[in-house]
Amino acid sequence: MRKIYADVTSALEGLTFDGMTVMSGGFGLCGIPENLIAGLRDSGVKGLTVISNNAGVDGFGLGQLLETRQIAKMISSYVGENKEFERQYLAGELELEFNPQGTLAERIRAGGAGIPAFFTATGVGTLVAEGKEVRAFDGRDYVMETGLVADLSIVKAWKADERGNLVFRKTARNFNPMMATAGKVTVVEVEEIVPTGSLDPDHIHTPGIYVDRLIQTVSEKRIEQRTVRQRSAA
Amino acid sequence: MPRTREQLAERAAKELQDGFYVNLGIGIPTLVANYIPQGMEVTLQSENGMLGMGPFPYEGEEDPDLINAGKQTITEIPESSYFSSADSFAMIRGGHINLSILGAMEVAQNGDIANWMIPGKLVKGMGGAMDLVAGVRRVVVVMDHANKHGQSKVLKECTLPLTGAGVVDRIITDLAVFDVKPDGSGLELVELADGVTLDEVAAKTEAAYTVAPGVG
Repeated sequence: MRKIYADVTSALEGLTFDGMTVMSGGFGLCGIPENLIAGLRDSGVKGLTVISNNAGVDGFGLGQLLETRQIAKMISSYVGENKEFERQYLAGELELEFNPQGTLAERIRAGGAGIPAFFTATGVGTLVAEGKEVRAFDGRDYVMETGLVADLSIVKAWKADERGNLVFRKTARNFNPMMATAGKVTVVEVEEIVPTGSLDPDHIHTPGIYVDRLIQTVSEKRIEQRTVRQRSAA
Repeated sequence: MPRTREQLAERAAKELQDGFYVNLGIGIPTLVANYIPQGMEVTLQSENGMLGMGPFPYEGEEDPDLINAGKQTITEIPESSYFSSADSFAMIRGGHINLSILGAMEVAQNGDIANWMIPGKLVKGMGGAMDLVAGVRRVVVVMDHANKHGQSKVLKECTLPLTGAGVVDRIITDLAVFDVKPDGSGLELVELADGVTLDEVAAKTEAAYTVAPGVG
């Protein structure tokens, strides 16, 4: 079975439908599947529920799907960088569910691992716990959170071999490995596809079992907060 | 004299201990990294998925794949390691991080903290703050004593939606340092900033507190 597709359009063909749930990897603009996001935009799919830690910025990343009003609901931990998001949310055009970042990460991990729910101390006594079961273990209260799965996960990795074994790079890993496990179908864009056997099996972050389709793309990799230090006068 | 931002960061750095794994929040807490004493082994965690955070890169050496939790470009150092956000929050939730230093809009005398949401204004989200205050072994808040309207941020009860209930161990402000007593009996004033008097703190603090022996 060949996992490698020629381009974004063919990699997403037959996978999209209105009202579907999509997980999209990345933290801020770091490690986002920017070409597959653009592919979803071009597919014209509507009414999306998107599970992603952030919502991109105006005109880039998931911001592109907000501009075209293709997103109906976001499940995120932080959405502060997007004016169009703000406008749609305040106008009641967009539904938003906030999850604490660690709870979001664990819900995705649990979903991919076949765990329907778990208990966490995060959010106990806050708005996040309202309407959820709270149970005491060893004298401390924990709130029940459910696992998350998606119809489609779109993921960005650094390298893959032809069988879909993945290696991520630096902090671009973030939510990508868990999302790869929690999609009914997982499509991955990578910077380089290398021959099977050329990656050290001990250094593979995500085994190919989680990867259904694979494309090699060129990424812009925009930097959100360029911060530098001065060279001291030598 | 109330402490400046830099002096607040310098004071907060005294909370660090050799061998600590530490998560620093955005704003003044980030500046604490500049005051780690020479020779002290402190490892900084970035909750997006890194231990051993290095300084900002030199111009031209920025790497879009290498950012901190504030989305700023950073660098790696010899002891750095990378991991997924699930592993990162397992570290946090599982109590493996020694210390979290973070900012707040309000802190209450029972250790409640509010720092993620102002109802009626745009809500940006809590990010990792709720996980950090619930999971990290020791939680230290660094903030101005009063808001820009001059109202106390050290309160009897928080008025804003909580980030965590009963989770704060210590409050460091520009005027003073308070400990949240572990028996739930409230705050204890343990330190005054240079030149600040007990009367000044009393006038600017809404919360009830006791004064530790020898302070003032």
